[in-house]
Amino acid sequence: MDQVIIPETTRRYVRDAGDQQRVQRALADLGQGLARWRLARALAALDIRNRYRGSVLGPFWMTLSTAVMVAGIGVLYSALFRLPLREYLPYLAVSLLVWNTISQIVIDACGSFISSEAIIRQMPLPFTIHALRYVLRNAIIAAHSLPLIVVVFLICGVTPGPGAVLALAGLALLVLNAFAIGLFLGMICARFRDIQQIVTNVMQLLFFVSPVLWKPELLRENQVWLPLNPVYSLMETVRGPLVESGASTIIWISALVYTVLACTIAFAFFVRFRSRIAFWV
Amino acid sequence: MPLIEAEGLSIEFPLYHIGARSLKKRLFAASRLREDESHRIVVAALRDLSFRIRPGERVALVGSNGAGKTTLLRTLAGIYEPVGGRLVVEGSIGTLIDPGAGMDMDATGRENIRLRGLFLGLSEAECDQLAEEAGRFSGLGEFLDVPVRTYSAGMSVRLSFASATLMNPQILLMDEWFLAGDADFMARAEERLAQLVEGADILVLATHSMDVVRKWCTRAIHLAGGRVVADGPVEDVLAELPGGTG
Repeated sequence: MDQVIIPETTRRYVRDAGDQQRVQRALADLGQGLARWRLARALAALDIRNRYRGSVLGPFWMTLSTAVMVAGIGVLYSALFRLPLREYLPYLAVSLLVWNTISQIVIDACGSFISSEAIIRQMPLPFTIHALRYVLRNAIIAAHSLPLIVVVFLICGVTPGPGAVLALAGLALLVLNAFAIGLFLGMICARFRDIQQIVTNVMQLLFFVSPVLWKPELLRENQVWLPLNPVYSLMETVRGPLVESGASTIIWISALVYTVLACTIAFAFFVRFRSRIAFWV
Repeated sequence: MPLIEAEGLSIEFPLYHIGARSLKKRLFAASRLREDESHRIVVAALRDLSFRIRPGERVALVGSNGAGKTTLLRTLAGIYEPVGGRLVVEGSIGTLIDPGAGMDMDATGRENIRLRGLFLGLSEAECDQLAEEAGRFSGLGEFLDVPVRTYSAGMSVRLSFASATLMNPQILLMDEWFLAGDADFMARAEERLAQLVEGADILVLATHSMDVVRKWCTRAIHLAGGRVVADGPVEDVLAELPGGTG
Protein backbone atom coordinates (compact mmCIF):
# COMPACT_ATOMS: atom_id res chain seq x y z
CA MET A 1 0.00 0.00 0.00
CA ASP A 2 1.23 3.49 -0.79
CA GLN A 3 1.91 5.56 2.19
CA VAL A 4 0.86 9.10 2.67
CA ILE A 5 3.91 11.10 3.44
CA ILE A 6 3.52 12.68 6.80
CA PRO A 7 6.13 15.37 7.39
CA GLU A 8 8.76 13.71 9.50
CA THR A 9 10.05 16.69 11.34
CA THR A 10 12.32 15.39 14.00
CA ARG A 11 11.22 17.08 17.14
CA ARG A 12 12.69 16.99 20.53
CA TYR A 13 11.00 17.81 23.70
CA VAL A 14 12.19 17.95 27.21
CA ARG A 15 9.77 17.93 30.10
CA ASP A 16 11.58 18.66 33.26
CA ALA A 17 9.51 19.10 36.40
CA GLY A 18 12.40 21.00 37.94
CA ASP A 19 12.76 23.50 35.08
CA GLN A 20 9.40 23.90 33.42
CA GLN A 21 10.11 26.94 31.20
CA ARG A 22 6.49 27.89 31.56
CA VAL A 23 6.60 31.20 29.70
CA GLN A 24 8.38 29.80 26.65
CA ARG A 25 6.06 26.81 26.53
CA ALA A 26 2.95 29.00 26.84
CA LEU A 27 4.19 31.25 24.03
CA ALA A 28 4.99 28.23 21.89
CA ASP A 29 1.50 26.88 22.59
CA LEU A 30 -0.07 30.16 21.44
CA GLY A 31 2.11 30.35 18.35
CA GLN A 32 1.55 26.75 17.26
CA GLY A 33 -2.13 26.88 18.09
CA LEU A 34 -2.76 30.03 16.05
CA ALA A 35 -0.73 28.63 13.16
CA ARG A 36 -3.14 25.68 13.04
CA TRP A 37 -6.30 27.76 12.70
CA ARG A 38 -7.48 25.43 9.93
CA LEU A 39 -8.01 22.66 12.46
CA ALA A 40 -9.82 25.05 14.81
CA ARG A 41 -12.03 26.22 11.94
CA ALA A 42 -12.90 22.66 10.93
CA LEU A 43 -13.78 21.77 14.53
CA ALA A 44 -15.85 24.96 14.94
CA ALA A 45 -17.78 24.17 11.76
CA LEU A 46 -18.47 20.66 13.09
CA ASP A 47 -19.61 22.11 16.43
CA ILE A 48 -22.18 24.27 14.70
CA ARG A 49 -23.34 21.48 12.45
CA ASN A 50 -23.78 19.13 15.40
CA ARG A 51 -25.51 21.73 17.54
CA TYR A 52 -28.16 22.37 14.88
CA ARG A 53 -28.30 18.88 13.44
CA GLY A 54 -31.59 18.23 11.72
CA SER A 55 -32.80 21.77 12.30
CA VAL A 56 -34.14 23.54 9.21
CA LEU A 57 -33.13 27.06 10.19
CA GLY A 58 -29.97 26.10 12.06
CA PRO A 59 -28.08 29.09 13.45
CA PHE A 60 -30.72 31.36 11.91
CA TRP A 61 -32.94 30.46 14.87
CA MET A 62 -30.84 32.91 16.84
CA THR A 63 -31.52 35.57 14.21
CA LEU A 64 -35.21 34.83 14.27
CA SER A 65 -35.52 34.88 18.06
CA THR A 66 -33.57 38.15 18.19
CA ALA A 67 -35.84 39.59 15.49
CA VAL A 68 -38.94 38.68 17.52
CA MET A 69 -37.40 40.17 20.66
CA VAL A 70 -36.42 43.37 18.84
CA ALA A 71 -39.95 43.80 17.50
CA GLY A 72 -41.68 43.01 20.81
CA ILE A 73 -39.41 44.92 23.16
CA GLY A 74 -38.99 47.71 20.62
CA VAL A 75 -42.66 48.60 20.55
CA LEU A 76 -43.14 48.34 24.32
CA TYR A 77 -39.98 50.08 25.50
CA SER A 78 -40.10 52.88 22.95
CA ALA A 79 -43.44 53.73 24.57
CA LEU A 80 -42.05 53.29 28.10
CA PHE A 81 -38.99 55.43 27.43
CA ARG A 82 -40.99 57.86 25.24
CA LEU A 83 -38.52 57.43 22.36
CA PRO A 84 -39.52 57.49 18.69
CA LEU A 85 -39.62 53.91 17.40
CA ARG A 86 -37.46 54.76 14.38
CA GLU A 87 -34.74 55.99 16.70
CA TYR A 88 -35.02 53.27 19.33
CA LEU A 89 -35.31 50.23 17.07
CA PRO A 90 -31.85 50.42 15.43
CA TYR A 91 -30.30 51.01 18.86
CA LEU A 92 -32.13 48.02 20.31
CA ALA A 93 -31.30 45.72 17.39
CA VAL A 94 -27.57 46.38 17.63
CA SER A 95 -27.71 46.26 21.44
CA LEU A 96 -29.43 42.92 21.61
CA LEU A 97 -27.22 41.33 18.99
CA VAL A 98 -24.01 42.49 20.62
CA TRP A 99 -25.32 41.54 24.06
CA ASN A 100 -26.43 38.08 22.92
CA THR A 101 -23.03 37.51 21.37
CA ILE A 102 -21.15 38.65 24.48
CA SER A 103 -23.39 36.64 26.77
CA GLN A 104 -23.09 33.47 24.71
CA ILE A 105 -19.35 33.90 24.41
CA VAL A 106 -18.90 34.26 28.16
CA ILE A 107 -21.14 31.30 28.98
CA ASP A 108 -19.58 29.14 26.26
CA ALA A 109 -16.11 30.15 27.49
CA CYS A 110 -16.71 28.02 30.58
CA GLY A 111 -16.70 24.94 28.37
CA SER A 112 -13.85 25.87 26.04
CA PHE A 113 -11.65 23.10 27.45
CA ILE A 114 -14.23 20.82 29.05
CA SER A 115 -16.04 20.33 25.75
CA SER A 116 -12.76 19.29 24.12
CA GLU A 117 -11.99 16.79 26.87
CA ALA A 118 -11.98 13.77 24.58
CA ILE A 119 -9.34 15.35 22.37
CA ILE A 120 -7.24 16.83 25.15
CA ARG A 121 -6.82 13.45 26.83
CA GLN A 122 -5.97 11.62 23.62
CA MET A 123 -3.84 13.92 21.55
CA PRO A 124 -0.99 16.27 22.30
CA LEU A 125 -2.27 19.50 20.76
CA PRO A 126 -1.64 23.14 21.66
CA PHE A 127 -4.40 24.19 24.09
CA THR A 128 -4.76 27.39 22.09
CA ILE A 129 -6.56 25.36 19.41
CA HIS A 130 -9.45 24.64 21.78
CA ALA A 131 -9.80 28.31 22.72
CA LEU A 132 -9.63 29.30 19.06
CA ARG A 133 -12.28 26.70 18.23
CA TYR A 134 -14.67 28.25 20.73
CA VAL A 135 -14.02 31.80 19.48
CA LEU A 136 -14.58 30.76 15.87
CA ARG A 137 -17.81 28.87 16.56
CA ASN A 138 -19.26 31.86 18.39
CA ALA A 139 -18.09 34.24 15.67
CA ILE A 140 -19.77 32.11 13.00
CA ILE A 141 -23.04 31.97 14.95
CA ALA A 142 -22.96 35.72 15.58
CA ALA A 143 -22.34 36.40 11.88
CA HIS A 144 -25.67 34.76 11.05
CA SER A 145 -27.47 37.62 12.77
CA LEU A 146 -25.85 40.41 10.77
CA PRO A 147 -28.63 40.49 8.14
CA LEU A 148 -31.06 41.47 10.90
CA ILE A 149 -29.17 44.71 11.49
CA VAL A 150 -29.25 45.52 7.79
CA VAL A 151 -33.00 44.90 7.67
CA VAL A 152 -33.70 47.07 10.72
CA PHE A 153 -31.50 49.87 9.38
CA LEU A 154 -33.31 49.76 6.03
CA ILE A 155 -36.75 49.84 7.66
CA CYS A 156 -35.83 52.74 9.91
CA GLY A 157 -33.92 54.58 7.22
CA VAL A 158 -30.66 54.69 9.16
CA THR A 159 -27.50 55.15 7.14
CA PRO A 160 -24.37 54.78 9.25
CA GLY A 161 -21.74 57.37 8.34
CA PRO A 162 -18.12 56.63 7.47
CA GLY A 163 -17.40 56.52 11.22
CA ALA A 164 -19.21 53.17 11.32
CA VAL A 165 -15.97 51.58 10.13
CA LEU A 166 -14.76 51.99 13.71
CA ALA A 167 -17.23 49.29 14.70
CA LEU A 168 -14.77 46.86 13.12
CA ALA A 169 -12.16 47.96 15.64
CA GLY A 170 -14.76 47.34 18.34
CA LEU A 171 -15.36 43.86 16.95
CA ALA A 172 -11.62 43.19 16.97
CA LEU A 173 -11.51 44.13 20.66
CA LEU A 174 -14.45 41.81 21.27
CA VAL A 175 -12.64 38.92 19.57
CA LEU A 176 -9.48 39.52 21.61
CA ASN A 177 -11.51 39.57 24.81
CA ALA A 178 -13.39 36.44 23.79
CA PHE A 179 -10.11 34.61 23.29
CA ALA A 180 -8.72 35.77 26.64
CA ILE A 181 -11.94 34.89 28.47
CA GLY A 182 -12.01 31.50 26.76
CA LEU A 183 -8.53 30.69 28.05
CA PHE A 184 -9.20 32.07 31.52
CA LEU A 185 -12.74 30.83 32.21
CA GLY A 186 -12.00 27.62 30.31
CA MET A 187 -9.22 26.77 32.75
CA ILE A 188 -11.03 27.94 35.89
CA CYS A 189 -14.23 26.10 34.99
CA ALA A 190 -12.33 22.91 34.16
CA ARG A 191 -10.89 23.00 37.67
CA PHE A 192 -13.92 24.29 39.60
CA ARG A 193 -17.12 23.02 38.04
CA ASP A 194 -19.36 25.40 40.02
CA ILE A 195 -18.02 28.50 38.33
CA GLN A 196 -20.16 27.88 35.28
CA GLN A 197 -23.36 28.34 37.31
CA ILE A 198 -22.02 31.51 38.88
CA VAL A 199 -21.10 32.91 35.48
CA THR A 200 -24.58 32.21 34.11
CA ASN A 201 -26.11 34.09 37.03
CA VAL A 202 -23.71 37.01 36.76
CA MET A 203 -24.52 37.36 33.06
CA GLN A 204 -28.24 37.55 33.88
CA LEU A 205 -27.56 40.33 36.35
CA LEU A 206 -25.30 42.12 33.89
CA PHE A 207 -28.09 42.15 31.31
CA PHE A 208 -30.15 44.38 33.55
CA VAL A 209 -27.40 46.65 34.88
CA SER A 210 -25.89 47.25 31.44
CA PRO A 211 -27.50 49.64 28.98
CA VAL A 212 -28.83 46.99 26.61
CA LEU A 213 -32.52 47.86 26.58
CA TRP A 214 -32.17 51.31 28.10
CA LYS A 215 -30.04 54.18 26.91
CA PRO A 216 -27.14 55.44 29.03
CA GLU A 217 -28.65 58.98 28.91
CA LEU A 218 -31.43 57.81 31.22
CA LEU A 219 -28.88 57.72 34.05
CA ARG A 220 -28.35 61.49 33.64
CA GLU A 221 -25.40 62.69 35.75
CA ASN A 222 -24.71 59.14 36.93
CA GLN A 223 -23.76 57.92 33.49
CA VAL A 224 -20.12 58.89 34.12
CA TRP A 225 -19.87 55.69 36.16
CA LEU A 226 -20.96 53.45 33.31
CA PRO A 227 -17.50 52.86 31.78
CA LEU A 228 -16.70 50.95 34.96
CA ASN A 229 -18.85 48.19 33.49
CA PRO A 230 -16.61 46.30 31.03
CA VAL A 231 -19.60 44.92 29.17
CA TYR A 232 -20.90 48.42 28.52
CA SER A 233 -17.55 49.71 27.25
CA LEU A 234 -17.00 46.78 24.93
CA MET A 235 -20.58 46.85 23.68
CA GLU A 236 -20.41 50.59 23.05
CA THR A 237 -17.29 50.31 20.85
CA VAL A 238 -19.45 48.35 18.39
CA ARG A 239 -22.82 49.98 18.99
CA GLY A 240 -21.61 53.59 19.17
CA PRO A 241 -20.07 53.76 15.69
CA LEU A 242 -23.11 52.04 14.16
CA VAL A 243 -26.05 53.91 15.67
CA GLU A 244 -24.76 56.89 17.64
CA SER A 245 -22.13 58.41 15.35
CA GLY A 246 -19.21 57.06 17.33
CA ALA A 247 -18.24 56.18 20.88
CA SER A 248 -16.58 58.66 23.20
CA THR A 249 -12.86 58.66 23.90
CA ILE A 250 -13.41 57.49 27.47
CA ILE A 251 -15.26 54.44 26.13
CA TRP A 252 -12.41 53.53 23.80
CA ILE A 253 -9.82 54.02 26.52
CA SER A 254 -11.73 51.91 29.03
CA ALA A 255 -12.40 49.20 26.43
CA LEU A 256 -8.69 49.10 25.62
CA VAL A 257 -7.78 48.96 29.30
CA TYR A 258 -10.21 46.08 29.89
CA THR A 259 -8.82 44.21 26.88
CA VAL A 260 -5.24 44.59 28.06
CA LEU A 261 -6.28 43.51 31.55
CA ALA A 262 -8.18 40.47 30.29
CA CYS A 263 -5.30 39.39 28.06
CA THR A 264 -2.73 39.87 30.81
CA ILE A 265 -4.70 37.91 33.40
CA ALA A 266 -5.51 35.15 30.93
CA PHE A 267 -1.89 34.87 29.84
CA ALA A 268 -0.65 34.80 33.42
CA PHE A 269 -3.04 31.97 34.28
CA PHE A 270 -2.19 30.18 31.06
CA VAL A 271 1.52 30.33 31.83
CA ARG A 272 0.99 29.07 35.36
CA PHE A 273 -1.62 26.35 34.82
CA ARG A 274 -1.32 25.27 31.19
CA SER A 275 0.38 22.02 32.11
CA ARG A 276 -2.46 21.15 34.52
CA ILE A 277 -5.33 21.43 32.03
CA ALA A 278 -4.99 17.83 30.87
CA PHE A 279 -5.47 16.68 34.47
CA TRP A 280 -8.46 18.95 35.07
CA VAL A 281 -10.74 18.20 32.15
CA MET B 1 18.46 10.10 16.56
CA PRO B 2 15.17 8.93 18.09
CA LEU B 3 15.41 8.42 21.80
CA ILE B 4 13.26 8.28 24.91
CA GLU B 5 14.85 9.04 28.22
CA ALA B 6 13.07 9.21 31.56
CA GLU B 7 14.67 10.09 34.86
CA GLY B 8 12.58 9.82 38.01
CA LEU B 9 9.43 10.44 35.97
CA SER B 10 6.32 10.84 38.14
CA ILE B 11 2.68 11.56 37.28
CA GLU B 12 0.00 12.27 39.84
CA PHE B 13 -3.70 12.62 39.14
CA PRO B 14 -5.51 14.96 41.46
CA LEU B 15 -8.93 13.67 42.52
CA TYR B 16 -11.14 16.73 42.51
CA HIS B 17 -14.67 15.69 41.89
CA ILE B 18 -15.16 13.04 44.51
CA GLY B 19 -15.56 13.33 48.26
CA ALA B 20 -11.97 14.03 49.13
CA ARG B 21 -12.86 14.58 52.76
CA SER B 22 -14.21 11.10 53.35
CA LEU B 23 -11.38 9.70 51.32
CA LYS B 24 -8.81 11.27 53.60
CA LYS B 25 -10.00 9.12 56.48
CA ARG B 26 -9.20 5.98 54.56
CA LEU B 27 -6.04 7.33 53.07
CA PHE B 28 -3.51 5.09 54.70
CA ALA B 29 -5.16 1.89 53.57
CA ALA B 30 -4.35 2.44 49.91
CA SER B 31 -0.73 3.21 49.28
CA ARG B 32 -1.13 4.90 45.90
CA LEU B 33 -3.42 7.59 47.25
CA ARG B 34 -1.75 10.31 49.20
CA GLU B 35 -2.17 13.92 50.20
CA ASP B 36 0.15 16.35 48.47
CA GLU B 37 1.61 19.57 49.89
CA SER B 38 -1.47 21.63 49.00
CA HIS B 39 -3.76 19.08 50.72
CA ARG B 40 -5.17 17.55 47.58
CA ILE B 41 -5.79 13.86 47.29
CA VAL B 42 -3.72 12.54 44.43
CA VAL B 43 -3.29 9.16 42.82
CA ALA B 44 0.32 8.37 42.10
CA ALA B 45 -0.13 6.99 38.59
CA LEU B 46 3.56 6.76 37.80
CA ARG B 47 6.20 6.79 40.46
CA ASP B 48 9.84 7.53 39.86
CA LEU B 49 10.34 5.81 36.52
CA SER B 50 13.79 5.79 34.99
CA PHE B 51 14.59 4.13 31.70
CA ARG B 52 16.20 4.80 28.39
CA ILE B 53 14.91 3.51 25.06
CA ARG B 54 17.33 3.55 22.16
CA PRO B 55 16.65 3.30 18.41
CA GLY B 56 15.78 -0.21 17.28
CA GLU B 57 14.19 -1.20 20.58
CA ARG B 58 10.68 -2.68 20.65
CA VAL B 59 9.42 -2.26 24.16
CA ALA B 60 6.39 -3.96 25.68
CA LEU B 61 4.75 -2.42 28.72
CA VAL B 62 3.21 -5.23 30.73
CA GLY B 63 1.39 -5.30 34.03
CA SER B 64 -2.11 -5.67 35.42
CA ASN B 65 -4.94 -3.20 34.89
CA GLY B 66 -4.20 0.13 36.49
CA ALA B 67 -0.45 -0.46 36.58
CA GLY B 68 0.10 2.76 34.63
CA LYS B 69 0.70 1.45 31.13
CA THR B 70 -1.64 3.77 29.26
CA THR B 71 -0.72 6.71 31.46
CA LEU B 72 2.91 6.13 30.56
CA LEU B 73 2.03 6.02 26.85
CA ARG B 74 0.13 9.30 27.18
CA THR B 75 2.97 10.89 29.07
CA LEU B 76 5.45 9.82 26.40
CA ALA B 77 3.08 11.29 23.79
CA GLY B 78 3.20 14.63 25.58
CA ILE B 79 -0.39 14.70 26.83
CA TYR B 80 0.38 14.65 30.53
CA GLU B 81 3.18 16.73 31.93
CA PRO B 82 5.33 15.10 34.58
CA VAL B 83 4.92 16.48 38.09
CA GLY B 84 8.32 15.14 38.98
CA GLY B 85 11.43 14.07 37.14
CA ARG B 86 12.50 14.65 33.60
CA LEU B 87 11.49 13.26 30.22
CA VAL B 88 13.33 13.72 26.96
CA VAL B 89 11.75 12.51 23.74
CA GLU B 90 13.48 12.94 20.43
CA GLY B 91 11.83 12.07 17.14
CA SER B 92 8.43 12.30 15.50
CA ILE B 93 5.75 10.52 17.50
CA GLY B 94 2.80 8.51 16.29
CA THR B 95 0.16 7.45 18.78
CA LEU B 96 -2.36 4.62 18.48
CA ILE B 97 -3.91 4.92 21.91
CA ASP B 98 -7.64 5.44 21.54
CA PRO B 99 -9.33 4.27 18.35
CA GLY B 100 -12.07 6.86 18.53
CA ALA B 101 -9.83 9.82 19.38
CA GLY B 102 -11.13 12.95 17.72
CA MET B 103 -13.87 11.11 15.83
CA ASP B 104 -17.06 12.99 15.15
CA MET B 105 -20.03 10.64 15.08
CA ASP B 106 -22.16 12.93 12.93
CA ALA B 107 -19.53 13.46 10.27
CA THR B 108 -19.01 11.01 7.43
CA GLY B 109 -16.11 8.59 7.28
CA ARG B 110 -14.34 10.73 4.72
CA GLU B 111 -14.78 13.88 6.80
CA ASN B 112 -13.37 12.06 9.82
CA ILE B 113 -10.28 10.99 7.92
CA ARG B 114 -9.74 14.57 6.77
CA LEU B 115 -10.19 15.75 10.35
CA ARG B 116 -7.62 13.22 11.43
CA GLY B 117 -5.23 14.70 8.90
CA LEU B 118 -5.81 18.17 10.31
CA PHE B 119 -5.13 16.84 13.80
CA LEU B 120 -1.82 15.54 12.50
CA GLY B 121 -1.05 18.97 11.09
CA LEU B 122 -1.41 18.16 7.39
CA SER B 123 -2.37 20.64 4.69
CA GLU B 124 -5.73 20.46 2.91
CA ALA B 125 -4.23 18.77 -0.15
CA GLU B 126 -2.49 16.19 2.01
CA CYS B 127 -5.79 15.57 3.82
CA ASP B 128 -7.47 14.77 0.52
CA GLN B 129 -4.69 12.34 -0.27
CA LEU B 130 -5.08 10.81 3.18
CA ALA B 131 -8.83 10.39 2.70
CA GLU B 132 -8.18 8.67 -0.59
CA GLU B 133 -5.65 6.23 0.89
CA ALA B 134 -7.50 5.48 4.10
CA GLY B 135 -10.75 5.09 2.22
CA ARG B 136 -9.23 2.46 -0.01
CA PHE B 137 -7.52 0.66 2.84
CA SER B 138 -10.56 0.54 5.09
CA GLY B 139 -12.59 -1.07 2.30
CA LEU B 140 -15.66 0.88 3.39
CA GLY B 141 -16.63 1.70 -0.18
CA GLU B 142 -19.81 3.71 -0.45
CA PHE B 143 -20.16 3.88 3.34
CA LEU B 144 -17.26 6.32 3.37
CA ASP B 145 -19.75 9.10 2.62
CA VAL B 146 -22.26 8.12 5.29
CA PRO B 147 -22.18 9.48 8.87
CA VAL B 148 -20.09 7.36 11.25
CA ARG B 149 -23.10 7.15 13.60
CA THR B 150 -24.65 4.59 11.26
CA TYR B 151 -21.58 2.34 11.15
CA SER B 152 -21.46 -1.09 12.70
CA ALA B 153 -18.81 -1.65 15.38
CA GLY B 154 -16.60 -3.46 12.88
CA MET B 155 -16.87 -0.67 10.37
CA SER B 156 -15.83 2.02 12.82
CA VAL B 157 -12.87 -0.11 13.84
CA ARG B 158 -11.81 -0.28 10.20
CA LEU B 159 -12.21 3.42 9.74
CA SER B 160 -10.27 4.42 12.84
CA PHE B 161 -7.57 1.88 12.14
CA ALA B 162 -7.17 3.05 8.56
CA SER B 163 -7.05 6.73 9.40
CA ALA B 164 -4.88 6.34 12.48
CA THR B 165 -2.20 4.16 10.92
CA LEU B 166 -1.52 6.32 7.90
CA MET B 167 1.68 7.78 9.22
CA ASN B 168 5.29 6.86 9.47
CA PRO B 169 6.58 8.07 12.80
CA GLN B 170 9.98 7.40 14.28
CA ILE B 171 8.48 6.60 17.63
CA LEU B 172 5.29 4.55 17.68
CA LEU B 173 3.24 4.48 20.88
CA MET B 174 0.55 1.84 20.74
CA ASP B 175 -2.11 0.44 23.03
CA GLU B 176 -3.06 -3.18 22.52
CA TRP B 177 -6.49 -2.21 21.29
CA PHE B 178 -5.01 -1.88 17.83
CA LEU B 179 -4.20 -5.54 17.75
CA ALA B 180 -7.80 -6.59 18.30
CA GLY B 181 -10.28 -6.56 15.48
CA ASP B 182 -12.37 -8.86 13.35
CA ALA B 183 -10.35 -11.68 11.80
CA ASP B 184 -11.09 -10.77 8.21
CA PHE B 185 -9.75 -7.27 8.58
CA MET B 186 -6.92 -8.29 10.92
CA ALA B 187 -5.01 -10.07 8.17
CA ARG B 188 -4.63 -6.82 6.27
CA ALA B 189 -4.35 -4.77 9.44
CA GLU B 190 -1.49 -6.87 10.71
CA GLU B 191 0.44 -6.38 7.50
CA ARG B 192 -0.03 -2.64 7.84
CA LEU B 193 0.97 -2.70 11.51
CA ALA B 194 4.07 -4.72 10.70
CA GLN B 195 5.03 -2.08 8.13
CA LEU B 196 4.43 0.67 10.63
CA VAL B 197 6.42 -1.05 13.37
CA GLU B 198 9.30 -1.85 11.05
CA GLY B 199 9.35 1.72 9.78
CA ALA B 200 9.53 3.13 13.28
CA ASP B 201 12.80 3.30 15.14
CA ILE B 202 11.17 2.82 18.51
CA LEU B 203 8.00 0.94 19.44
CA VAL B 204 6.36 1.18 22.83
CA LEU B 205 3.42 -1.16 23.16
CA ALA B 206 1.10 -1.58 26.14
CA THR B 207 -0.44 -5.03 26.20
CA HIS B 208 -1.83 -7.91 28.24
CA SER B 209 -1.17 -10.51 25.61
CA MET B 210 2.07 -12.40 26.09
CA ASP B 211 1.84 -13.76 22.55
CA VAL B 212 1.89 -10.21 21.25
CA VAL B 213 4.87 -9.38 23.44
CA ARG B 214 6.85 -12.37 22.16
CA LYS B 215 5.93 -11.67 18.58
CA TRP B 216 6.64 -7.96 18.40
CA CYS B 217 8.97 -6.95 21.18
CA THR B 218 12.61 -7.22 22.14
CA ARG B 219 12.36 -5.74 25.59
CA ALA B 220 9.70 -5.68 28.29
CA ILE B 221 9.06 -3.28 31.12
CA HIS B 222 6.84 -4.66 33.85
CA LEU B 223 4.87 -1.97 35.67
CA ALA B 224 3.06 -2.56 38.94
CA GLY B 225 1.46 0.13 41.06
CA GLY B 226 3.02 2.82 38.89
CA ARG B 227 6.57 1.56 39.40
CA VAL B 228 8.96 -0.40 37.23
CA VAL B 229 9.36 -3.82 38.80
CA ALA B 230 11.27 -5.48 36.00
CA ASP B 231 12.98 -4.27 32.86
CA GLY B 232 14.94 -6.40 30.44
CA PRO B 233 14.80 -8.90 27.57
CA VAL B 234 11.31 -10.25 26.94
CA GLU B 235 11.86 -13.81 28.18
CA ASP B 236 13.53 -12.71 31.41
CA VAL B 237 10.72 -10.34 32.33
CA LEU B 238 7.91 -12.70 31.33
CA ALA B 239 9.42 -15.51 33.38
CA GLU B 240 9.12 -13.43 36.51
CA LEU B 241 5.54 -12.35 35.85
CA PRO B 242 2.94 -13.68 38.27
CA GLY B 243 1.04 -16.32 36.36
CA GLY B 244 4.22 -17.74 34.89
CA THR B 245 4.82 -17.60 31.17
CA GLY B 246 1.38 -16.27 30.29
